[in-house]
Amino acid sequence: MSGYAEGIIILLCINAIAAMGVSLLTGFTGIFSLGHAAYMALGAYTSAILTVQHGVHFFPAILLGGVVAVALAYFIGVPTLRLMGDYYAIASIGLGEAIRLILENWQSVTRGARGYPGIDPYTSLPIAVGFFVILAIFMFNLINSRFGRACKACRDDYIASSLLGFNTARIRVVSLMISAFYCGVAGALLGGFLSFIQPVMFDMLKSTELTAVVVFGGLGSMSGCILGTAVITLVTELFRPISQYRMLIYGAVLVIIMVLRPEGIMGNRELLSWIKDPFGRRS
Amino acid sequence: MSDAVMNEKKALLEVHDLHVSYGAIKALSGVSLKVFEGEIVSVIGSNGAGKSTLMNAIMGMVRREKGEILLGDVKLDSRSFRVVQQGISLSPEGRKVFAPLTVLENLKMGAFPRGNDSKVEEDYEWVFSLFPRLKERISQYAGTLSGGEQQMLAIGRALMSRPKVLLLDEPSLGLAPIIIKDIFKELRRINNEGVTILLVEQNARQALLLSNRGYVIQTGRLVTEGPSEELLANADIKAAYLGGGHAKGKTTQALA
Repeated sequence: MSGYAEGIIILLCINAIAAMGVSLLTGFTGIFSLGHAAYMALGAYTSAILTVQHGVHFFPAILLGGVVAVALAYFIGVPTLRLMGDYYAIASIGLGEAIRLILENWQSVTRGARGYPGIDPYTSLPIAVGFFVILAIFMFNLINSRFGRACKACRDDYIASSLLGFNTARIRVVSLMISAFYCGVAGALLGGFLSFIQPVMFDMLKSTELTAVVVFGGLGSMSGCILGTAVITLVTELFRPISQYRMLIYGAVLVIIMVLRPEGIMGNRELLSWIKDPFGRRS
Repeated sequence: MSDAVMNEKKALLEVHDLHVSYGAIKALSGVSLKVFEGEIVSVIGSNGAGKSTLMNAIMGMVRREKGEILLGDVKLDSRSFRVVQQGISLSPEGRKVFAPLTVLENLKMGAFPRGNDSKVEEDYEWVFSLFPRLKERISQYAGTLSGGEQQMLAIGRALMSRPKVLLLDEPSLGLAPIIIKDIFKELRRINNEGVTILLVEQNARQALLLSNRGYVIQTGRLVTEGPSEELLANADIKAAYLGGGHAKGKTTQALA
């Protein structure tokens, strides 16, 4: 396989891991986020600093990147997710910008806006695919577990599920924490893939892209968000030769899908149920 | 039940001096009521009197500013998922069934806090025996049910947690009079099966005809209480809530 094709697959795996995280939160728990790049940034910087400055092996460094993101999610989630509605979306915009600004200005630790160079390129193809496969298996099991069903209940009717004995506040916070872990790991892998990270890579555009991919793939469909990631990543890569029109095509694809299929590529169904029963019920 | 007997008996559900505010607006100011085991108790009142707030405060859906609620000897938790585990469940105003789920799946949702209780299966049959209409529509999506059937489903779903006290918020909301009669008949049957019921209703006549005792709530305060027959016969209540009566005083104020 050529290095280029390998690179696309690695990038695809990384984006898909992040998208799965956002999909759990937005598609399955019904909480919109416009700041998930912050969790990616935290994962990327944690892993970079640990491997470069402290000589930690990349594998625990990637996991620790995820753990730091989870810790942030807990501190942000507990006060904001007790409230219902779109408060978290607004808070997450602030969170995303705050984290980016901290990374830009905390020179002694993050080396500021010029970026953090010299990360060991630890994200090889097997590592990226391995992480993607394990996290995907976990996620697909999670959404069909008792917890996954509880998430969907909170999404469909918050009041009814509270009244039926679901601990809705906890479910929402845990969902955010798992989602942050996925994004943290994705960020750590991205750092190891590019060998160089910069705060501006994790700006609000990145956050909206993550949410856009999930809506594009279908809210409430885990395979949809992976498919959405594949389409978006491939479209941007295929049209690299005409790079000045790339974003135009990216935008056009988003608009066309949203007009023709407002529920996203997969709606809220999974690929497997689609293959088994094309005219079956919604999940 | 006479008053003397009731004072000696221990209440199953006791609300004591409950206060709830929404910002600067006081929704409940010192509500106290008792529900005894096996009873049906209704709380009647007009729009905005605080009926739903009372239900939500018992369930822990709104913050209780002051006051306490006892279930038997146990103080009710302020978090709703604990309240359900403690043995109270509410069929909410406007039903709130899960439209994209089937009837059976909705009932399963009601049994969620019980985890892997082997008796859940029996309780589906119990709910279906109370509401045979639901059994006919067992695999139909809840969103496609009629209003009355959705109300039955909401009540059935609340029963699936096997509550000690079943709370009902406006079970007659938006339903045709003939359906309301059906639903209230079923409530009587549910009560006969040993479930204690506290309901709040705007449809005062139906609620009082069903219940053993009633309370009248007005701008966040309970203004009158008594056996339902007495309330039904009360001239002021007739004029204010039942229609057709002619009170001498200025209707609602006269109650306070």
